[in-house]
Amino acid sequence: MSLPPFQRLVDAHWRDVARLAHALVGPDDGDDVAQQAWLQAWAAYPSLTSTSNLRGWLFTVTYRCATDSHRGRARRGVPTDDETLAAATPARIDPPAAGSDESGVWRAVASLPPRQREAVALRYVADLDHAGIARAMDTSVTMSRRLVSDALVTLRKALT
Amino acid sequence: MTGPRPDRLEALLAGFDVAASRPPDFPNADVSYAVHDTSVGRMLLACNDSGVLVASLFTPDAAAEDAALVRLAARVSPRVLRRPDSLDAARRWLDDYLAGRTRSAAPPWELALATPFQKPVLTALVARVGYGERATYGQLAHWSGRPAAARAVGTALGANPLCIVLPCHRVVGASGSLTGYAGGLAAKRHLLELEAGSRA
Repeated sequence: MSLPPFQRLVDAHWRDVARLAHALVGPDDGDDVAQQAWLQAWAAYPSLTSTSNLRGWLFTVTYRCATDSHRGRARRGVPTDDETLAAATPARIDPPAAGSDESGVWRAVASLPPRQREAVALRYVADLDHAGIARAMDTSVTMSRRLVSDALVTLRKALT
Repeated sequence: MTGPRPDRLEALLAGFDVAASRPPDFPNADVSYAVHDTSVGRMLLACNDSGVLVASLFTPDAAAEDAALVRLAARVSPRVLRRPDSLDAARRWLDDYLAGRTRSAAPPWELALATPFQKPVLTALVARVGYGERATYGQLAHWSGRPAAARAVGTALGANPLCIVLPCHRVVGASGSLTGYAGGLAAKRHLLELEAGSRA
């Protein structure tokens, strides 16, 4: 097995990693999360044991960075040390920059439950299939399908 | 999810984009490279994390560039990044050399991409064949301890990972014919004339 030059991953995927990071945590923290994800990917890269799905791996790293960042922020924002509570606190998400959400779809996404919102971002912004979403979110394919389809039902109602 | 019918909601979600975003920054690289257009063709220069040159290759097209990067990833480290600033000294030396402004040795290099057979050949080349001089493949085979291997020495030089930096262009056939060069025979002739002082 031989890993491709890292620059090839950066060139092919940096825009999609940025889109996913912004979709997951909003415009204020999107660039930070994307940068953090790349640094983590960089550190782990030489010890990767498979080259079969580098794109999915990058999105998984991005997802984990985004959820860490949110939990960190929720913890700072909530006067409690209860990790479980902090992790369960719905994180704030901002719609993309004002004016670029004419349909209001991202305002509607922002008010979804966190797991549904994350699954929607992984499915549509990162274009992962349900197996990829399940891997990133550490859940089952069945749960991934349910999260996305429940989200779509809510979003369709919100947009009509 | 709906069937194959185009779905406005799904299209809107997939169309999510961010306006102001930059490529990531990295504090360092195991291998830094730059693509440099020279008077003898497009080249790819690469150095390791200490700034020591490990590659100087003719890469006329994207496929050659990609092959060079794959080779660096496999032989040095997969953490290969495009960082032209790290190759400033090497690019300056190359430009000066090609303009006839310097006869000084190239910046520090090492044979990270060379095969075990190539190493003594390239080492002998650097030790024995100075600026403006020529040697034959047979002589170099002799100097590198493989007197019967002139042809293999030719192949080893043809795959020189540090073109121009290690002057394989100074090695010619026994009859004086140029025989071959990774950058093309016109480039080899140009370099030999440059060093002979018959070309500015």
